[in-house]
Parts: sequence; C-alpha cells; structure tokens
Amino acid sequence: MASKKEPVVVTGLGALDKPAGDLITWVDQRFPLMENWKAHLSEYYAPKNFNFWYIFGSLAMLVLVIQIVTGIFLVMHYKPDAAKAFESVEYIMREVPWGWLVRYMHSTGASMFFVVIYLHMFRGLLYGSYRKPRELIWIFGVLIFLTLMGEAFFGYLLPWGQMSYWGAQVIVNLFAAIPIIGPDLSVWIRGDYVVSDATLNRFFSFHVIALPLVILGLVSAHILALHEVGSNNPDGIEIKENKDEKGIPRDGIPFHPFYTVHDIFVVVIFLMVFSLIVFFAPEMGGYFLEYNNFIPADPLKTPLHIAPVWYFTPYYSILRAMVWPFFWIDAKVWGVAAMGASTLIFFFLPWLDRSPVKSIRYRPALHKYIYALFVVCFLILGYLGTLPPTDGRTLVSQICTLLYFAFFLGMPWWSRMGQFKPVPARVTM
Amino acid sequence: MSNEQSVDSGRRGAIVATSVVGGIGGLCTALPFALTFQPSEKAKAAGAPVEVDIGDIKEGEVKVVEWRGKPVWIVRRTKEMLDSLAKAEPQLADPKSERKPSELTPEYCRNQHRSIKPEVLVAVGICSHLGCSPSGPFSPGVNVALPGADWGFVCPCHGSTFDLAGRVYKAKPAPDNLEVPPHMYLSDTRVIVGEDKKGA
Amino acid sequence: MKKLSFVRLSGLAAICAIGLMAPAHANEGGPALDRAPIEKATDIQALQRGAKLFVNYCLSCHGAQSMRYNRLKDIGLTDEQIKGNLLFTAEKVGELMTVSMPRKDAKEWFGAAPPDLSVIARSRGSEAGSGADWLYTYLRTFYRDSSRPTGWNNMIFPNVGMPHVLWDLQGEQRAKFAKVPDAHDKTKMVEVFEGFEVAKPGKLNKLDYDRTVGDLVGFLVWMGEPDAAYRKQLGVLVMIFLGLFLLPCAWWLNRSYWKDLH
Repeated sequence: MASKKEPVVVTGLGALDKPAGDLITWVDQRFPLMENWKAHLSEYYAPKNFNFWYIFGSLAMLVLVIQIVTGIFLVMHYKPDAAKAFESVEYIMREVPWGWLVRYMHSTGASMFFVVIYLHMFRGLLYGSYRKPRELIWIFGVLIFLTLMGEAFFGYLLPWGQMSYWGAQVIVNLFAAIPIIGPDLSVWIRGDYVVSDATLNRFFSFHVIALPLVILGLVSAHILALHEVGSNNPDGIEIKENKDEKGIPRDGIPFHPFYTVHDIFVVVIFLMVFSLIVFFAPEMGGYFLEYNNFIPADPLKTPLHIAPVWYFTPYYSILRAMVWPFFWIDAKVWGVAAMGASTLIFFFLPWLDRSPVKSIRYRPALHKYIYALFVVCFLILGYLGTLPPTDGRTLVSQICTLLYFAFFLGMPWWSRMGQFKPVPARVTM
Repeated sequence: MSNEQSVDSGRRGAIVATSVVGGIGGLCTALPFALTFQPSEKAKAAGAPVEVDIGDIKEGEVKVVEWRGKPVWIVRRTKEMLDSLAKAEPQLADPKSERKPSELTPEYCRNQHRSIKPEVLVAVGICSHLGCSPSGPFSPGVNVALPGADWGFVCPCHGSTFDLAGRVYKAKPAPDNLEVPPHMYLSDTRVIVGEDKKGA
Repeated sequence: MKKLSFVRLSGLAAICAIGLMAPAHANEGGPALDRAPIEKATDIQALQRGAKLFVNYCLSCHGAQSMRYNRLKDIGLTDEQIKGNLLFTAEKVGELMTVSMPRKDAKEWFGAAPPDLSVIARSRGSEAGSGADWLYTYLRTFYRDSSRPTGWNNMIFPNVGMPHVLWDLQGEQRAKFAKVPDAHDKTKMVEVFEGFEVAKPGKLNKLDYDRTVGDLVGFLVWMGEPDAAYRKQLGVLVMIFLGLFLLPCAWWLNRSYWKDLH
C-alpha cells in the first residue's frame, strides 16, 4: 500500500505523522473517513458563543453510550421470566461480580437521560432552536424523546417489582380507553388478560433491541440534519450569513478541537454528578429507584400509593387532572387524550412560535414571564404526579394543565406581543 | 484558527495529561465490566466441594457425583481390576502421570493406581480430547474399542480409551489422562471432592 | 430589577401552588415513625447479633432467597461459626437462605405468605421515613388484640397477619385508646392512641429490647444491600480521581485551546 502513494493533502488526524498519514490515505481511497471527520468535527463550524445550555446534546450522547454498554452487560445476567425476573435483578446486585455497579449505572443513567434531555429541550425553547430552518432537527428530537419514553417504560417493567407491574398495568390500560378497539388493543399489547410473562417477554424484546435501534437511527438523523443547517446559538443569529473569503463563517469555530475539549471538561463534571448518585444515593430518595419496586410483582395486590417514575409524572398529572366527562365522553378518554396531546404538541412548536426573533435574549420581558410560568407549571405537575391525589392537588394540577396547553396554543398570539430588542449582526460572547 | 497549526507545548502537555489520566480512568471503568464475566457467587456455590458417602459403592461399581457441573466418578476397583493396571502399562501414553501433573494428578495420586486408597479411584469423567464423558468401566472383550485383555473406559465420541486408573492408551485422539480432582477422606467412607489438605 | 421580578413571579406561583397542596399533605402517613439507630447497619458487632436474631426469629417463616449464608463472612463470621450457629435451613454455607415453611401452609396460617426479607428494608421506605425506621417502629409496636386470630395487632401495620414473634423478649403490651370528639364533626367520637401499657414483662427491659430490635433492623438494612458500605468507599476514591485528577487536566486542556479565542 505504501508503493502507491498519491499526493493527498492530509489535515487534522492525517497531519500527525507519516505512517499514520499513509494509513489514512489508504483508508480514504476506500472509505470517506477524512471527509466525514471534516464534515462533522474538524471543519464543522459551530458558533463561538455557545453557553452552558449547549452541552446537553453531547451529554445525551454520553448517556446513550452508558445505557447501551451497561445494558449489554445486564442482559447477560437478567432473566426475562415472570418467575425469575425479580430474583435475577437481586442476583445481579449481589452475586455477579460488580453487577451492582453496572445495574446502578443503568438505573441512574435512565433518570439522567431524562434530566439531560429535558434541559436540552428547554435550551431549544430558550433560543428558538426549532425555528426555520431547523424544524426537522426539532421533529427528529421530539421523536427521540417519545421513543425514549417508550424505552424507559418498557425497561421499567423488567425488574418485575410492584411499581413495574402496576405501572405497566395502568399505562397499557390507557389504550383500553380508545373507543371501540381499545379493550381488544390492550389485550393484544399484553398478550394476556393481565400483565404477565408474555408481556414481560415482549417488553424485554422492545427494550433491548427494537427501540434502541430506532433511537440510534433517529439520533443519526437528528445530527445529520443539524450538521446540514448548522447550529443555532444563544443570540439566534445565522452565522452562515456572514462568511469570510474562504467561506468560513466569521463567528464560527471548528467543533473539533474547540468544542471537543469543552465537552471533555463538562463530561468530567457530569461524571462527578453521575458518580455521586451511583455511589452515594442510587435510590435518590425513592425517585430513581422506587421503594415499592423492591417488592416482587403481585397481580392480586396494588400498592397503596402508585406513581410513575419522576420523568413521567408531569404527563401523569395531566392524565389525572381530567375528571369530568365532556360531550358524553368519559373523563378517562379525555385524560388519555390530554396526556397524549401534552407530548405530541411539541411537534408543532416550530409553527406555533411567531416571534420575530429566535432567542429569548431579544424578546420582551413578557415572554420571559410566560416561559417562567410554563416551567413552574411543568415542575408542579411533575411534583404532583409523585403524590397521591387530593381535591386541592387535583385543582392545582387542573390549573397547571390549563396553563400548560395555553402556553402552546396561545403561542401564535403571545409570541408576537411586546417590544422586541434589536438583534445584533454578529454574535456576542 | 485551524487545527493544522502546530500544537503548542502547552496544548501538548494538556493533551498528554488528559489522555493519560483519562485513559487510566477508562481502564479502571472497563475492569469491573470485564470482571462481571467471572463466575458469580451462585456458580461458586455450585462449584463448592462436594461431600460423598462412598460406603454404599459395591466392588466394581461406579458412583457419579456432580462437581462444578462435571461428572466425577468414584470407582471401587476389584482386585482383578487393580491387577489390570500393571498389565496395561506398556500400551499407555503416560503411565507415570507425568504430563501436566499440576492440572491432572495431585501429588498424592501420582502412583500406578492414581488414587489415595488403591481400590478407590476418584476421577473427572471428561475425556481430555474434546470434552465428552467416556463410558465404562468395561471388562475385556465387552467393547470393541478395547481389544484383547484390556480393561477400561471408552469415549463414545472419538473412541479414546483409558485404563481403570484413567490413563489414556497410546495412539488415541485424547492427549492426556483423565483428571483426578483434589480430594481427601473425611472418614473411611466419606470423601470430599474439590478440596484437599493443601487447599484447606 | 427585571431579573428580580422574574424570580419573584415564579416564586409567587410556586408558593400559591404549595399552599393548595400542603393542607392535604399533613393528613397523610399515619403514626409517626421512630428513628432507627441506622449506624448499626455498619457496626460489625451489632450486625453479628442481628444475624443471630434474624436466623433464630425470622428465618423459620420468612426466607431471604437472595442471600447466601456464606455472605455472612462479610460481617466477620467464619465458615465454622456460620455452620455451627446459623445454618438452620440449609446444609452448606454456600446455600441460599430459603424458607423451610411451605408457602401453601403459610398462606393458610397467616392469610398471606410471609414476604421474602432479602430487600425488605429497601421496600419499606416512604415519605414518613426510611425502611429502617418503619421496621424499627413496626417491631416495637405489637400489642395484644383479642379480636385478631393471632391475638396480636400492630400500630403501624393494622390487622397484620404476623404474630409478635419477639414477645418473649418484649413481653406483652396493651394499647390505650382515648375517646375524643372528632375535629370536623363534634358529635362523633374517635379513638386516639394514647400509649402502651405493659401487660406482662418480657425477658428484656424497654431499653434492652429497643437495642435488640435496633440490632435486628441494622442487619436487615445491611442484608438489603451487602455491598453498600463498599460502594460508598469506592465512591470516595472515584470522586477523588475525577475531582482532583481528571477535572484539572480537562480544565487545562480546555483552557489551552480557548485562551487564544475571543
């Protein structure tokens, strides 16, 4: 291979030294290695004014890797069998060398995935990252979010504790609320009249192979779409509109090395938070690993207080907030419809937002109040979802549900209101 | 601006330091994952030494017990069977148990009968060729693989033959004698397999 | 100024919401739980006493199917000690702590099969307190109740199927209830628990009994996750590595690239 050298200009990795450069040349003639390296890293120009909010995409990738690797190792010891599943998790925790670490990493990773994704989505909201021309990035992102919720839900059945069991029971019964086909549909999903071994096996299959494949595909699409149009930034300015004579955006810097070293630093901080949880508080006070899930599934006895894991609780509150029948349709159907709508409504964000500027920085104070109110409502809904309902709480969750939907449905109007600040031509650091 | 410019010395130091420290961290993280492949407590408990009552084994009979998931034969050999060991020696590949002694034959069994008590053979019934379990013991002429006056065990998979001390016959697929596991006598009729005085 | 009002508004909303949620919150939970002496879960001496209590009093009806007897070596016992003193339901130290009582009989006798205790301390946590607190309170609040088939009732687990197995140690106690008018409806009278009175003293006085239960609960907590202490020790090392070694390197690396920018 050394004999057939061609004058190829090597940059980046290729610039390291000669033998490595030769190898890269050899590969490059057969596979677009350097082309991709450049397109996605060394010559992908990202705005130089990224702030704290821009790390969560990379962190989500890291958590995805953690979940896949730990998941692979857990599958080696876990038994998807209703009679053995609960014990096999304890087997992993006690008998498999280092099994406890792998399992805690996976359970912590599940929650941290949602922490990171929620913050990542909120970043999009803050700086209008879903606006033209990034609608598809956002749509792929929402699809990832929905798939991830499915992935988490299927995975949660696997430990086969009381919460696993009754959580699955409740969620599958949501489908029974669909008029006409509902009851048959829920039986079809379970493969039985109750959540059973058959359900456990299909959920296992979805959790370990089907949905991870979908997620990987969607993540690739998300990133390809991003790298096609380029990243947004806290100023909401298109850096591609101002390029130098070489065609490089004046406000852009190559992702590698600048943002790779940045991300490495933040990854270490993230790993410290992650380790604090894994080593010192893996149950996170009952939020990451629920107490009731240390009781084996018992189809004859529902635990006194059942609540989904924290990342589902906002939607669960919305479900419970619907207590009246409208138009001769059950409250149950409305609850399911509202819960579905509360997640699907994210898809429409690019077209609901009519603000003349993207970034929160140049929006009127009114918008900031509305955003704050939305966040508070979301947090309250989340908190209420962990508690058993009372009349007072139901009222609060109804108000919050109303405000939640008002935020989105009113957006075409409120997003145009108020005095906008002028957007600068160049990014501000 | 571009990364083609020479990496200055400060950067080189930072890259090296981060790579080295991060690499150590990565290895330390990979290690627990590799260690999950080790036998679990359950496997270790199943592989614990096994106590066997040998009082009920009649002369010429075999008792098979499971130790670490493998069949362990305990054979009470008759006088006639013991006599066959010396006769078989010229045809054996390793009559003195000299091959891989630390793996196959504990020190206290490196004798002609490969056992602590001459009449009681304790051996792992797994052929040293490809892991099948030989059948037997056969008296002369019963099995075609053992011609003439030879006693022994025959592996059904590829026809390797072993004498009544588990020693392999010459010119057979199996390279080595059968493994004699560590064992010791707790009393005259109780043997513990998987543990000996050295290990205890 | 703007930032301040931003914060103030969200704060106000949060306070309103909490105001509406709080009154209901106070009514929950039933009787308060006593705090368990949780330090016993890492005290070798207490754990050994707890293990003995567990094997003697619990293991005949409950199993701990995820625990192997030889795991007790982690709390300083030797194979010989385990074999001699603790091996009741098994033959070998490597075996699991299974239950000898058939599940079917148990269901007939107690109404429900006694639960496995491997992770009982982890399953009993709630907003009211940790699983250890619950167990510590539970095992000390059995009282005589002739209306129950077992003759026993419990303060925080009303109508429990389990009899008071530690009665020879604690003795028998009766619960005193006082009749007081209902807070919401003055015409109704409700029973309020006033306290326990000793009906028959046991082998131990109150202080010693509490200590004994503390030992047992400590053991149950330890058994819930035998690796917990090691996990925390390792966590300290991991945090030192990340915080003191990797973080400065990564900071330096980041700095070395970004210092020329702007």
